[in-house]
Amino acid sequence: MESKEFLKLMVEQTGVSGFENPVAEVIKKTFATVADDVCTDVLGNVIARKQGEGDERISVMLAAHMDEIGMMITKIEEGGFLKFIAIGGIDQRTLVAQEVKVHGKRDVFGIIGMKPPHLLSPEEVGAAIKMQDMVIDLGLPIEQVKELVTVGDLVTVHRPFIALAGDFVAGKAMDDRAAVAVLLECLQELQKIRHKADVYAVATVQEEVGLRGALVSTYHIAPQIGIAIDVCHGEMPGVPEQDTAPMGKGPNIALGANIHPKLYERLVEVAKEHNIPYTIDPVPGPSGTDAWAMQVTRSGVPTALVSLPLRYMHTSVETLSMADVKSTGRLLAYFIASIDKSFVEGLLCY
Amino acid sequence: MLLKKLSEAFGPSGCEGEVRNILMEELAPHVKQWRRDALGNLIAVKGSAGGLRVMLAAHMDECGLMISSIDRSGLLRFRKVGGIDDRVLVSKHVIVGSKKISGVIGAKAVHLQKPDERNQVIPLSGLYIDVGAKSKEDAEKLIKIGDYAVFATEFKALSDTVVVGKSFDDRAGCAVLVEVLKDEYALDIYGAFTVQEEIGLRGAGVAAYAIEPDLAIVLEGTTCSDIPPSKEYGYCTTLGQGPAITIMDASVICDRRMIAELVRIAKDHDIPLQFKRSVTGGSDAGKINQTKAGVPVVVISVPCRYIHSPVSMLNLADFHNTIKLVKLFLKSIAEGGFVL
Repeated sequence: MESKEFLKLMVEQTGVSGFENPVAEVIKKTFATVADDVCTDVLGNVIARKQGEGDERISVMLAAHMDEIGMMITKIEEGGFLKFIAIGGIDQRTLVAQEVKVHGKRDVFGIIGMKPPHLLSPEEVGAAIKMQDMVIDLGLPIEQVKELVTVGDLVTVHRPFIALAGDFVAGKAMDDRAAVAVLLECLQELQKIRHKADVYAVATVQEEVGLRGALVSTYHIAPQIGIAIDVCHGEMPGVPEQDTAPMGKGPNIALGANIHPKLYERLVEVAKEHNIPYTIDPVPGPSGTDAWAMQVTRSGVPTALVSLPLRYMHTSVETLSMADVKSTGRLLAYFIASIDKSFVEGLLCY
Repeated sequence: MLLKKLSEAFGPSGCEGEVRNILMEELAPHVKQWRRDALGNLIAVKGSAGGLRVMLAAHMDECGLMISSIDRSGLLRFRKVGGIDDRVLVSKHVIVGSKKISGVIGAKAVHLQKPDERNQVIPLSGLYIDVGAKSKEDAEKLIKIGDYAVFATEFKALSDTVVVGKSFDDRAGCAVLVEVLKDEYALDIYGAFTVQEEIGLRGAGVAAYAIEPDLAIVLEGTTCSDIPPSKEYGYCTTLGQGPAITIMDASVICDRRMIAELVRIAKDHDIPLQFKRSVTGGSDAGKINQTKAGVPVVVISVPCRYIHSPVSMLNLADFHNTIKLVKLFLKSIAEGGFVL
């Protein structure tokens, strides 16, 4: 499957942290076409395994999280209006006048509306609306609302996949399903080239609420190398250039304490060798990604982190370049093809 | 469904062509005589009874955006067309220009914000449309300065009675007017689909000047705020409680005789009716009322929640009752049951 089509399927599905099952089904089905086997663990991580060649095999785990930020219903108000709270880091300002889906007995459409400008008092004009003052309007009488929705039901923004000009795409949950699409690109590339590594491509759960899926799946797989694929901030106005990576110029390869220096070096070498564009992401402390959890699993795992530049993170119009998805997938595949047992042993020699 | 087609049409003030074409196509079997004027108003003329000249008006235009410049990076800066609240713009999908290019209005990631930023409204100067162009030159292949943009909202039914979509203000009024014009009346009817209401009631004035109506009925999708945290006295109108009659707003005081007749008809035919309970905002009625030596007007509206935002909501029972009420009113005028 084309990674763009796969990404569209994923971002139009639901998978709020802790409730990833709907999107996990899409991922399982697609990974099964390119992996030797696919399984799901206790927390819901989807693990696709592609076996390497020969007797001196090594193991590499790739992790990209499939969960997304969302909301949860806290109260059904008089009139059938729904109060809600955030799951993960949501900017309340991005929720105003948004179409949403409440995942009740069935998916129910609703609107997070606001007063029309005609009726605003002078104090209301220009004041940010707080999440606690917002409600979801399903346009249904309260009896029907109560039949369909209960407190604790999840809510996501309704946002069909948007194809922008050139190779740019936009939508919700691109963080981090674009990286799950990278896993597919990588597995497809690995079908064409020889590799000694057993590759575990993992779509992890619960990253947005604390890197929990990566923690248990890394323990379970016990890989010799762990690479997280996540998103970083793409260049945009209002954000200092040094805090962003350019769009469409390839993966942003991280270095710092969370990254094994030899993995970083090899990734850069491979990128140069194959003419894959890349940029460098200096990460002085916690990376805030699955790599942070992977690194300290069991007796420690050498980890690396590559990121896709993405604009408007945690909004419903996260934007990125498909060229970056493809080049990152190729980089990972060539990296995997380049390593062997002695390289892995070398990772312990500081 | 006509309301779906009209709701999804691209037609900000000054760029109403697509809406006009939909209306002409829909009305072709029912209307023989058309007028189009210098501003782009579309006027359907029906009947030659030589009696009262009745103008019915609904505006075709919607609030939108206009591209004002293109950054070197290929991002588009824009201005607002009509009264859009800056706060509804963030994190939305828009359609730009005649080529209908998809774009998004993004915002700085929450991770990069200072704690108090989340409580501040992002000013228009901090917003832009991203169409995926990689440079100014790249963007110029798709977009021209002055191109319009509208929200990319699909029409949806939430239940048998409630629908959502963009621009029910005033495509709901347009759809009501189309249904009304499908009937025959023993009157001279001028169905005016007006332009540029959202930027100052520009089309209705010139249309009324040419029509010289004896009386006018303005059809609107109007303000409805029967939602938390509004208090009941601030609802303005209530969804599902019938067509809303304007007594007065910032632009007009409606004709008491016409209001009284509408109330009588509603009572006799068991049509729910409500009064609009605010005096802010304006409508085409303001301009028509003051045309030439003056025209008595009334405004009948379908209550719509969340107007001027990317997605509005209306109740189809209100919509159908508005059509019914207007038709009965016209019949009553034709039968001489109501004399000015």
